Amino acid sequence: MASASNLTKLRYRFIPDHVIGEILSKKWIDNAIPFLVLLCVIAVFGTLIPNFFSASNLSITSRQLGEFALVGIAMMVVIVVGGIDLSVGSNFALGNFMTLALLNLAGWSVWAAVPAVILICGSVGLLNGVLVGYLRLRAFLTTLVTLIIVRAIVDMLLLKYAQAMSMSFYQSDLWDLMGLGGFFGIPFSFCVLVVVAIVGHVLLTRSRPGWRLMAIGGSRRSAHNIGLSVRGTVCAAYTISGMLCGLAGVLYAARLSGAGTDTGMGLEISALTAAVLGGNSLGGGRGSIVKALIGAVIVLIMTNGVLRLGLNSGSGPMVLGLTLIFAVFVDVRWLKNRDKLLNKVYVSPTYIELPEPVATSASSGTAFALNDRLKHVEIIGLAAVESPEDVILDEDDYLYCGTRHGDIVRFAPPDYTSHEVYAHIGGSPLGMSWDRDKNLVVCVGGMGLYKIDRNRNVTKVTDETNRSKLSIVDDSRLRLADDLDIAPDGRIFFSEATIRYEMHDWPVDALESRGNGRIICHDPKTGKTHTALRNLIFPNGVCTAHDGQSILFAESWACRINRYYISGPKAGTLERVLDRLPGYPDNINRASDGTYWAAIMGMRSPALDVALRMPGFRKRMARRIAPDQWLYPNLNIGCVIRFNDKGEVLESLWDQGAENHPMITSMREHKGYLYLGGITNNRIGRIRLEGRNEAWSGYSNYWGGRDGERAA
Amino acid sequence: MRSLGFMRHLNQEKIVLLLTALLFVVFSLTLNNFLAGDNILSLMRSVAVLGILGLGMLVVVLGRGIDLSLVAVMAISVAWSMQLIHEGLPVSVALTIGLLFALGIALCTGILVAYAEIPPLFATLAMATFVYGFGRAHLIVGTDVVYMPKTMGWVVSLGQGKLLGVPMPIVVAAGMALVVFLFLRFTKIGSFIYAIGDNLAASRISGIAVRPMLVLQYVLSGGIAFVAGIITATSVEAMNTRIVNSNMIYDVILVVVLGGVGLSGGRGNVRNVIVGTLLIGVLMNGMTIMDVQYTVQNVIKSLILLLAIVVDSIVNPRDEQTGQQGDI
Repeated sequence: MASASNLTKLRYRFIPDHVIGEILSKKWIDNAIPFLVLLCVIAVFGTLIPNFFSASNLSITSRQLGEFALVGIAMMVVIVVGGIDLSVGSNFALGNFMTLALLNLAGWSVWAAVPAVILICGSVGLLNGVLVGYLRLRAFLTTLVTLIIVRAIVDMLLLKYAQAMSMSFYQSDLWDLMGLGGFFGIPFSFCVLVVVAIVGHVLLTRSRPGWRLMAIGGSRRSAHNIGLSVRGTVCAAYTISGMLCGLAGVLYAARLSGAGTDTGMGLEISALTAAVLGGNSLGGGRGSIVKALIGAVIVLIMTNGVLRLGLNSGSGPMVLGLTLIFAVFVDVRWLKNRDKLLNKVYVSPTYIELPEPVATSASSGTAFALNDRLKHVEIIGLAAVESPEDVILDEDDYLYCGTRHGDIVRFAPPDYTSHEVYAHIGGSPLGMSWDRDKNLVVCVGGMGLYKIDRNRNVTKVTDETNRSKLSIVDDSRLRLADDLDIAPDGRIFFSEATIRYEMHDWPVDALESRGNGRIICHDPKTGKTHTALRNLIFPNGVCTAHDGQSILFAESWACRINRYYISGPKAGTLERVLDRLPGYPDNINRASDGTYWAAIMGMRSPALDVALRMPGFRKRMARRIAPDQWLYPNLNIGCVIRFNDKGEVLESLWDQGAENHPMITSMREHKGYLYLGGITNNRIGRIRLEGRNEAWSGYSNYWGGRDGERAA
Repeated sequence: MRSLGFMRHLNQEKIVLLLTALLFVVFSLTLNNFLAGDNILSLMRSVAVLGILGLGMLVVVLGRGIDLSLVAVMAISVAWSMQLIHEGLPVSVALTIGLLFALGIALCTGILVAYAEIPPLFATLAMATFVYGFGRAHLIVGTDVVYMPKTMGWVVSLGQGKLLGVPMPIVVAAGMALVVFLFLRFTKIGSFIYAIGDNLAASRISGIAVRPMLVLQYVLSGGIAFVAGIITATSVEAMNTRIVNSNMIYDVILVVVLGGVGLSGGRGNVRNVIVGTLLIGVLMNGMTIMDVQYTVQNVIKSLILLLAIVVDSIVNPRDEQTGQQGDI
């Protein structure tokens, strides 16, 4: 039995299941299937065709790819914005013809002809853009019309000028370089493609116009309603598409120096196939340069490969058609089921064995013995606040708390009946602390660390930390900063409960009970933020010890309280202060007599304790039943405990009848009273403490005196 | 205000009908022989096949789909049938095989669209490419054109015969139009197709078997394509498989859309297809008499389509609030 549980322990310690879910949640995983198809295609045709990997074949292929992928990108740009451009093939043919005509017949130089051609093809795109963007015609039909018209124009031009064109032949070094040469053995057209792809990728993923494009493709109505210029952006996308086709046409002209009626025939189908094979969704909002490139390579290799294999005329289309069906099928299924799969796989519980809890029954004689000391709590602001996770008081006895609406609400002394919104931050304000200058520093769930100065201006302190090198989820952003405290030297230490879940999914983190959280340190002097401790089990409740050399913090799901030295001889070491807690500890704050208050936000239950030793069971639970029926920690009832630096629990305060204030996530001692906050409450509690220092307040205890000058 | 009220009653179908009438009058007045009975019949005959294909497209488009494989299915299934007759199979057996082939391909397309949930544009595009490739590689080997066998019997009369002086293609097209009209208007399945095209999610919730319905639409269009193919083959005594690579499928879409069938489904009727077909017929006939170059004809056709959709978008504006996501 023992060895079996050891085995489970080892298995969950060393096999990182959670990585699968994290990989699946990455955006680039979208490209996995197209990329696999690409590898298969290369493998199949690489083995079937002799000399497939020879330098000359690769050079020819990459030269063709330079042209084709540009058209593929052109198609992708309009697909991303929620349209389609069937005129790419005709436009390409127009670009090819115009280049040759301008060079051979009009006698222009390359430097003049190339920009002119790009502008001409861009104007075809502009026409599409005006029709689709501003007149809001259907993209499919409109570009179908331009496909036919531009094709007809090219045919008519060819009829008139083809003979004259075949008589003359343009020659210049630059033109030869474009058609036959390249840089460092890499064909010219491929170099152009690389430049376009890099610029395009940066624009699409890291610039405002690119984001607007994606936003409009994702939801045209929402984009319109938030004030984006939908029409102009759509028009621009078509224009860019047209210009890219022109560029591809120029490169084609440089390579072959010939114009025929079949130039670019059916190119729109190939480009569409490439775009969709790569994983760009028709209808918009999902697409990238990488996807377009992957698709273009697949289609090019297949069409060329079937030709090279010398099969009869029908086999090429047959293979292309089958691949298109297969790829789109897989892609559609993937897109549809990815979230389901992610939902099933992402929650990844691990093994955790909690030590036997301290007894709490009234007759047990421990410091945790149940009592009714919270029964007569005074209620402040009933129904005026929602989820005050933390409460804090200033030197003038004003009471502050956060609400789930993102406000900091302030109650006025002495009776705390009137209240006002002190400041609005947004997010879910959680833990709070005063700094030396009487600014209120607040941890905001979903946003980060914020500061409210005495003039009520809200400023961001930090919302990111250093990215750890090996983590798969991006842990540089703060998802759930939940409590902070400030060291005597001004450094702000705060906890982030979990890096794997967003604010409102925090109960799921309890189901995992993995060390997903961390302690982060922000130094206002340098403005830098770094992660001090990692892999903590829902860290919470940071509190600077009375001597200022260490911080205390709770690890909620592990039911223990730790100490981390931040200065002095033991700086950097971590030690256990308190474990075997009967519940889940939350915020910790100083008490007036040199001890500490800690809130127990919920009590452990034997069933969940057993489940925690059965990760397989919890995983099945997460996969098979609805989230509202999962086994969660109990957060309905808790207590307040007081403990000292040695880790001895001195007393506890309960509301046995659960009438007034059973749920507690935070408490502050202030001038003889204890103020209570609870994240699921609609009120704040206050209770008079017996035999306490009536002048003691948190701010003066931390910073000394009323003005922040530490008393000698 | 009166004129605005008049505009409000104008929809694409009426615009196109007016345009057709206008062109008809202009051509009658300016072109010799345009009004001659023979010319009118040949006008209609020339667009009969287009009209029949338009009916197939209509059935699919009504359910918010599109069928780009119509021409490919038509060409390959009929060409294969005739190839089989050349190889010695009885006419009826060969035609049955061809029809079953067309229906089978359409069934696959339907399954891909309805059950695999591949967007119709791609499923049919890929099917068209596949069918053409498969047909050329394995069914009709060696030649582009399969000529009509001499032994076709009564089937030939479908393309070449006359009923009461009216060429059979027109009669067949009219008959099919009537059948499709009755089907869409008076059968339960017809109403279901409209419902699905109008609001797929609502139809599913209200208990319509949406997926089988979608499959049925494609199968119907496959069958219609086969009939159109038989008429094409028998009237010109051959089936050229290269027709798949032509602009024909775009013409079919043109006919359907021109008449005012909404590509977003649920809107349209056989009447719209007839109006669209007539406009194309009048236009092509007039231009042919005027000896307009083929490419220029294409441009003019496209410009008219453009005009029709521009006017439609002005009369029935769509904007960012009303447009459907993913509607291209």
